Amino acid sequence: MGIEGVGARVARKEDKRFITGAGRYVDDMVVPGMKHAAFVRSPHAHAQIKKIDVKKAQAMPGVIGVLTGKELKADGIGNLICGWMIHSKDGSPMKMGAWSPLAVDKVRYVGDAVVIVVAETKGQARDAAEAVEITYKELKAVVDATKALEKGAPQLHPEAESNLIFDWEIGDAKATDAAIKAAAHVTRMKIVNNRLVPNAMEPRAALGHYDKAEDHYTCWTTSQNPHVARLVMSAFYNIAPENKLRVIAPDVGGGFGSKIYIYPEEIVCLWASKKTGVPVKWVADRTESFLSDAHGRDHVSTVEMAFDKNNRITGLKVDTIANLGAYMSLFSSCVPTYLYATLLSGQYDIPAIHANVRTVYTNTAPVDAYRGAGRPEATYLLERTMEAAARELGVSPAELRRTNFITSFPHQTPVIMNYDAGDYAASLDAATKASDYAGFAKRKAAAAKKGLLRGIGMSCYIEACGIAPSAAVGSLGAGVGLWESAEVRVNAVGTIEVLTGSHSHGQGHETTFAQLVNERFGVPIDSVSIVHGDTDKVQMGMGTYGSRSGAVGMSAIVKALDKVEAKAKKIAAHLLEADEGDIVIENGALKVAGTDKNIPWFQMALAAYTAHNLPGGMEPGLKETAFYDPSNFTFPAGCYICEVEIDPETGTTEIVQFVAADDFGNIINPMIVEGQVHGGIAQGIGQALLEGAHYDASGQLLTASYMDYTMPRADDLPSFKVSTSNTPCPSNPLGIKGCGEAGAIGSPPAVINAITDAIGITDIAMPASPSTVWAAIRAATKH
Amino acid sequence: MYSVNYHRATSVADAAKLVKSGDAKLLSGGMTLIPAMKTRLAAPSDLVDLSRIKELQGVKVSGKTVTIGAATTHYDVANDEKLKKACPALAHMASLIGDPAVRHRGTIGGSIANNDPAADYPAALLALGATIVTNKREIGADKFFKGLFETALKDGEIITAVSFSAPAKAAYEKFRNPASRYAIVGVFVAKGKDGVSVAVTGAGDDGVFRSKEIEAALVKNFAASALDGVKVPAKNLMTDIHASAEYRANLIAVMAKRAVAAANV
Repeated sequence: MGIEGVGARVARKEDKRFITGAGRYVDDMVVPGMKHAAFVRSPHAHAQIKKIDVKKAQAMPGVIGVLTGKELKADGIGNLICGWMIHSKDGSPMKMGAWSPLAVDKVRYVGDAVVIVVAETKGQARDAAEAVEITYKELKAVVDATKALEKGAPQLHPEAESNLIFDWEIGDAKATDAAIKAAAHVTRMKIVNNRLVPNAMEPRAALGHYDKAEDHYTCWTTSQNPHVARLVMSAFYNIAPENKLRVIAPDVGGGFGSKIYIYPEEIVCLWASKKTGVPVKWVADRTESFLSDAHGRDHVSTVEMAFDKNNRITGLKVDTIANLGAYMSLFSSCVPTYLYATLLSGQYDIPAIHANVRTVYTNTAPVDAYRGAGRPEATYLLERTMEAAARELGVSPAELRRTNFITSFPHQTPVIMNYDAGDYAASLDAATKASDYAGFAKRKAAAAKKGLLRGIGMSCYIEACGIAPSAAVGSLGAGVGLWESAEVRVNAVGTIEVLTGSHSHGQGHETTFAQLVNERFGVPIDSVSIVHGDTDKVQMGMGTYGSRSGAVGMSAIVKALDKVEAKAKKIAAHLLEADEGDIVIENGALKVAGTDKNIPWFQMALAAYTAHNLPGGMEPGLKETAFYDPSNFTFPAGCYICEVEIDPETGTTEIVQFVAADDFGNIINPMIVEGQVHGGIAQGIGQALLEGAHYDASGQLLTASYMDYTMPRADDLPSFKVSTSNTPCPSNPLGIKGCGEAGAIGSPPAVINAITDAIGITDIAMPASPSTVWAAIRAATKH
Repeated sequence: MYSVNYHRATSVADAAKLVKSGDAKLLSGGMTLIPAMKTRLAAPSDLVDLSRIKELQGVKVSGKTVTIGAATTHYDVANDEKLKKACPALAHMASLIGDPAVRHRGTIGGSIANNDPAADYPAALLALGATIVTNKREIGADKFFKGLFETALKDGEIITAVSFSAPAKAAYEKFRNPASRYAIVGVFVAKGKDGVSVAVTGAGDDGVFRSKEIEAALVKNFAASALDGVKVPAKNLMTDIHASAEYRANLIAVMAKRAVAAANV
């Protein structure tokens, strides 16, 4: 490892522009003649559109166009789709209701886009938006997924009877039922996973530009995967063929999943640009973000966990209802199925598992992947149940887990996943040691003297990252492959551009990807530029989510680097009159091993481009492309331990210690990895203690601003104790597992386990706000 | 935000004249009004800015009497050396409002004229038995705060100062809403020559109020232990997604106890 190579704590190259306010986001983009858009959104959760009158709005100052869904339909713009087909257990395909980018006959949630107004200024667009007169006939709304399934509930889509999208299962029902029947002990829980609003720092935005002369569209958008956006907008929404549509995702200020999907606004801005003849920019305000960004989580489950007399788990039965909101967002169907139920084995050797999942339409914002996507829901369910089981069985939570750990690899679970490597006991040991688990009783007694309730809770999580082998996901219903591409261009003076289909929206790719090149060729990272986020520059890519940029994106780069290295060595061998096999790359030069004969890297590159003296038959230039398709998921895992002190008078929970011991496989930049863990834990603690989207019965979002939706602040969080004990991933060339989601996956159950331990109760709802905790303490002491 | 005419008043008389134009609103910090205008929930035709009027600035302490100009910022109240001696509880309370940006812009007059049911100043002024001075008259705090965002102010009437007699002992404790960090419950206790007064913000269905139960217990014995077992009724307290009326009732007793303990230090 050099000072800029793999494993080095290199400061992030991109931070200079971010921390000096010089980042370039969609809202910073200016195109000559550009105008501004505002959307008229439904104020009702469920209503028929009786009439839309745009006359008054059209006459307002500065207004260029006021466009409706009817005109959009007439121009052949397609409905939004969900790109992952799930079949119900009866074999029928999922019931996808129509989602028009601008609502035509009906609105189905508060925030549903109905009309776009384009005007000279943002203010004028908003003024005119208020002048659009829409006559609605209000319908009864339903926001709760369980209630939406009940007889007589309001119906959202004619395609989905009883609002049921699919009724899916995985695993062996018979074997699981038999295990429960024969069990020495069964732990039963009802588990609720609260709905979250993603809250990326940068709100969503789109700038659509139709160039009439070229008959070509450009879309600047806040996307985690611009190529997927182009593909979907070409293939399904009929914006334009791919060669006539360029999608650019410049600096993007956080996504957490919410910017994977293609939303109505970018489609409508592109269409409106052609319709009005001007480039059209829209930037969401924070209220629009709360209302219309795809939300996360929102599961209600029952679980039965069966044990034999030796406290070994013999079966796990899960029944889940997942709220998908008013429409099926792009990947919504795979989150509560293949990203959730396939992880229900956790770190444990469970012989029989069965999960049934019903997904449901409600009059709420669409729900899709949010940091962790399905895996936090699986981990929360499993780790809350393990903790409850340990208490019921009267054994230490750590020991119950240890008893059930998978210890030999590869391990085939009953729910598809084949774990390739791991050492769960190592993480548990590291976490119990770092948290002084053994000394807890003493600390609890000391807290009691101060009148505080102290509790400790743990969570042993596993997740599946490095998403994903294309053929495997294809067989499970994915509409796309999940490989990644890379291109490595060595310039004539030896500097390097790496083009990648991964997209960085906070992950630090410009640094870590350059470190990889530095490790290989000795070129300083300042001479390595990472190019991403533009479909005209990068040929194709699948983007960033599911902690895939390291395991999949960098593996593609490695493959391209392999090709570059092979050609560079050929050139050097030719110039040095040596055998190709004897060439090694050291300290920025290509050397003949064991001699002082060498040629500097830049000179070799120059030779490739002057082409004055290349091996016979070799093409000039030095540029290679590679696609990498993973052969398996990767399986990061770890153990988190949280310790809390609760003030029983007010219900305030203070996290007094938080320990994370992770296994991420090999690590490129430990500082960036720690940053990912810190951010993930902050989000997980946010879910457990602070955050929760709350709709009232009529479908109004009560938590639609920071006055009511609690984001984690620095003073809500302790200083985290993080460490890693790594087992390299055997399936990719770098041995990387991924670290982007772990914190958000592992932490919520650890926090809730600590709180329930402190109070001496079985369950508490998330977010465990002071009022919720106080009420729980009061209820516990009454009985 | 809709377009608006901005006027910077040079004197109270000037402001009184300007506020008659159109559908004008007085601006004194704008920590509530400006966000409401930005989200298009408020749309005054004119804004009359009071914040630069000299005569409305600053804290005066003369003997036991404290007078605070209406346009004095929370920061200046929190950091006034004379006030810190005369009534440290009020200076401390001001230091707990919002964040540094809010404390440098927001003013005492702006806060009480708005009378947000979760604002801090109304509790302090009610407990201190303060007098609100306007360009027309003087109003007792008990008559001034009328309900949610309601005060005794008439159209165009301008608060110029508040004054009160410094209490022997006082303290303020607040329990913050986890999201907004406004008070879910804020309790200001004061022990002065007229007895014990305890005012509660953030909790009342009808805004700031005095807690009879707490006062009754403290009149006998101004000690935290006097509040052991004292129950505050949940009737007429707010219930929202952050806190039930019962929880607020509990917090009133807890915060009062902590405030009394702080006042006795």
